[in-house]
Amino acid sequence: MTVELGHFALALALGLALLQAALPLYGAAKGRPALMDLARHTALGQFLLAAIAFGALTKAYISSDFSVAAVAQNSHSLKPLLYRLTGVWGNHEGSLLLWILILTLFGAMVAVFGGGLRKAFQARVLAVQAMIGTGFLAFTLLTSNPFARVWPPPLDGAGLNPLLQDPGLAFHPPLLYFGYVGLSVAFSFAVAALLEGRVDRAWARWVRPWTLAAWAGLTAGIALGSWWAYYELGWGGFWFWDPVENASFMPWLAATALLHSAIAAERREALRSWTVLLAIVAFSLSLLGAFLVRSGVLTSVHAFATDPERGVFILLLLGLATGGALVLYAWRAPALGTGVPFRPVSREGALLLNNLVLVTACATVLLGTLYPLFLDALDAGKVSVGPPYFTATFVPLVAPALIAMAVGPMLAWKRGDLAGALGRLWLAALGAALGAGAALAYGETLAALGLGAAAWIGLGALVEWAERLRLGRAPAGEVWRRARFMPRAAWGAGLAHLGVAIVVAGITASQCFQSELILAMKPGDSARIAGYTIRFDGAARVQGPNYRADRATLSILRDGAPAAVLAPERRFYSVERQHTTEAAIRTTFLADLYAVIGEDDAQAGRTVRLYHNPLVPWIWIGAIVMAFGALVSLSDRRLRLAAPARRRQQPATA
Amino acid sequence: MRRLLFLLPLAVFAALATWLYLGLGGDPARIPSPLVGRPAPAFAADGLATADLEGPALVNIFASWCVPCRAEHPLLAHLAEEQGVAIYGIAYKDKPEAANAFLAELGNPYRRVGFDEDGRAGVEWGVTGVPETFVLDAEGVVAFKHTGPLTPDAVRRDLMPALRR
Repeated sequence: MTVELGHFALALALGLALLQAALPLYGAAKGRPALMDLARHTALGQFLLAAIAFGALTKAYISSDFSVAAVAQNSHSLKPLLYRLTGVWGNHEGSLLLWILILTLFGAMVAVFGGGLRKAFQARVLAVQAMIGTGFLAFTLLTSNPFARVWPPPLDGAGLNPLLQDPGLAFHPPLLYFGYVGLSVAFSFAVAALLEGRVDRAWARWVRPWTLAAWAGLTAGIALGSWWAYYELGWGGFWFWDPVENASFMPWLAATALLHSAIAAERREALRSWTVLLAIVAFSLSLLGAFLVRSGVLTSVHAFATDPERGVFILLLLGLATGGALVLYAWRAPALGTGVPFRPVSREGALLLNNLVLVTACATVLLGTLYPLFLDALDAGKVSVGPPYFTATFVPLVAPALIAMAVGPMLAWKRGDLAGALGRLWLAALGAALGAGAALAYGETLAALGLGAAAWIGLGALVEWAERLRLGRAPAGEVWRRARFMPRAAWGAGLAHLGVAIVVAGITASQCFQSELILAMKPGDSARIAGYTIRFDGAARVQGPNYRADRATLSILRDGAPAAVLAPERRFYSVERQHTTEAAIRTTFLADLYAVIGEDDAQAGRTVRLYHNPLVPWIWIGAIVMAFGALVSLSDRRLRLAAPARRRQQPATA
Repeated sequence: MRRLLFLLPLAVFAALATWLYLGLGGDPARIPSPLVGRPAPAFAADGLATADLEGPALVNIFASWCVPCRAEHPLLAHLAEEQGVAIYGIAYKDKPEAANAFLAELGNPYRRVGFDEDGRAGVEWGVTGVPETFVLDAEGVVAFKHTGPLTPDAVRRDLMPALRR
């Protein structure tokens, strides 16, 4: 019964979305406050209905109601409660429902927190948001109904892909979807602004918090996904340039560009039509990601069970949303006008460079991701382009941006002083030279570049803070006062840049200084890797809730005595008839010891793979610092309060 | 002129959307390789050269960084172990350590593996991407080429008949 209730709620939500997509637009055009106000109520109503639908599906999963097709296909009564719960979004139908839930949540947030927006503008934003909602609700109800019943119900479910039965992956989709869908708000703001034909500073200021929130979610979601790939897939790597990874990385690159160009649009009215375009592109890339994952055009480890009919539907959605927005852009954007001119060496210039690099990098990833698809269109088969392409194109592209990253924030608006900025960065330059020198001492040129860049960016962020606080040049009381009044956005930006430095250091060190050892071991054998001695003590059969596993005991010896134990597993999930490897990782936060076991061979012994991955944890620590920086920025008073205040001061900005 | 600039995003998107639509075609398509009907090309990878190939056999181009290769791997294992098909592997543009790790983890279905780190052997075979699989008949002549991951259907429909020819 609750299942039908959920289905009904979803259908009602579609009805509300249709109303919200049409009436408020009409109201805004004709100046009818009642119709404009309607949008806020329907937005809240949609969220409530989506929550009811999501709750109903969740209940079906928790109570293992196998008369529901999606539950029967993706769950199993023996599965632990956590994975029954996360199984709700571990498949195509349920993940769409999660997408809708978050989409309506953002709509409701615009309705609640958007009180400072002009009424007509808010109505238009919500109407565009509802158009997107209509598309996804119709898609779900017509092609991917999560509430469809099966009769007779099977005795038990088919289970969930064991690779997905993991706490890291349980929370990866919600965070990632928060990011994907959060970008829809920036998109709606852009389209609403194009409809009105005006983009002012206040607009840029309104767009930023939503983009920041989405960006924080994307950053955390991508990091969680790569962490999962690192410990669960057992390849010792953390990023594979897999199409699905790229699908989340492209919106991230575009959103990063958008965050930066919106600063220029807000502070200097520069790059306005460009910012609008980026807002459209960022969400379009989210939609493209959804298309790539769900249409079956690309092969991937993460791809959902796919169906060409669904592909056509998403492509249609993509065409309507992006195509429509870009038509509007081609028509209206030329009238937006250009901003205040600026010199190449200036804060705006630096932000523009950042944008050029990020967008080009994004295009490179897009090309690499779609190239196999292109071959497919030419009847040349499905292929994988793979890391050789991406490392050859992406890395050299991003390098100049990394170098400019420390300099940009030190430059003044409109006309900057490059020599002065570089002079003030002497400490960062010294650090970069030391980092690069240390890496060169090990004979690694690439590592020298990477570690040098990391030190340069990280120290650059610290120097920028010190400059703002006049640290070392003003009395302590003055520094303290400045620290208290420094805008949260400045703290956040510095933190985000610091996070990038940490990530760059982690990626560089783990790529250049990794040690790897593959060998067959018999009980009692030992091996040496990166100064550690590791002894294989044997393997035992263990029984989990819905799997059985071989668990090996590998002792890390210090002075001949066991100091710690690694216990990697090779699991067999009997319901799904699938093997998984569970890596054992021992981390010091400066390096990871990583062990995976393979099959047992009576003669040769058991295959054991050992890795020593220096600084690998920094990749995820850095990502957390970046996301935290975004949250700190988000708490800036200016973003919350000043937008409406500014509007009152300058009613004639347009 | 300036207006045209603003039309550019739309034009790019239209091209992209068309491309995506064509990509929805579905079936992994087959194109005849110029090698079909000729003897296996002269190549020398680290560990495998033309002289080592004994037909009838499959020559499978793979790489540890290639996700579709993971997908087709169980099928190769099945062919090698249960159908007794001889399979030669060429690890295309891949470090030998990485390729060995890949095989250590998933099992090694190959009679011999050649490591083609610089992709030279791949050029001789006319590789456009990985995975690709060539069928050699008893005389060592290329009988068929499959592009993309193998599927049970493709094995039944194309590979086995070509092997037995």
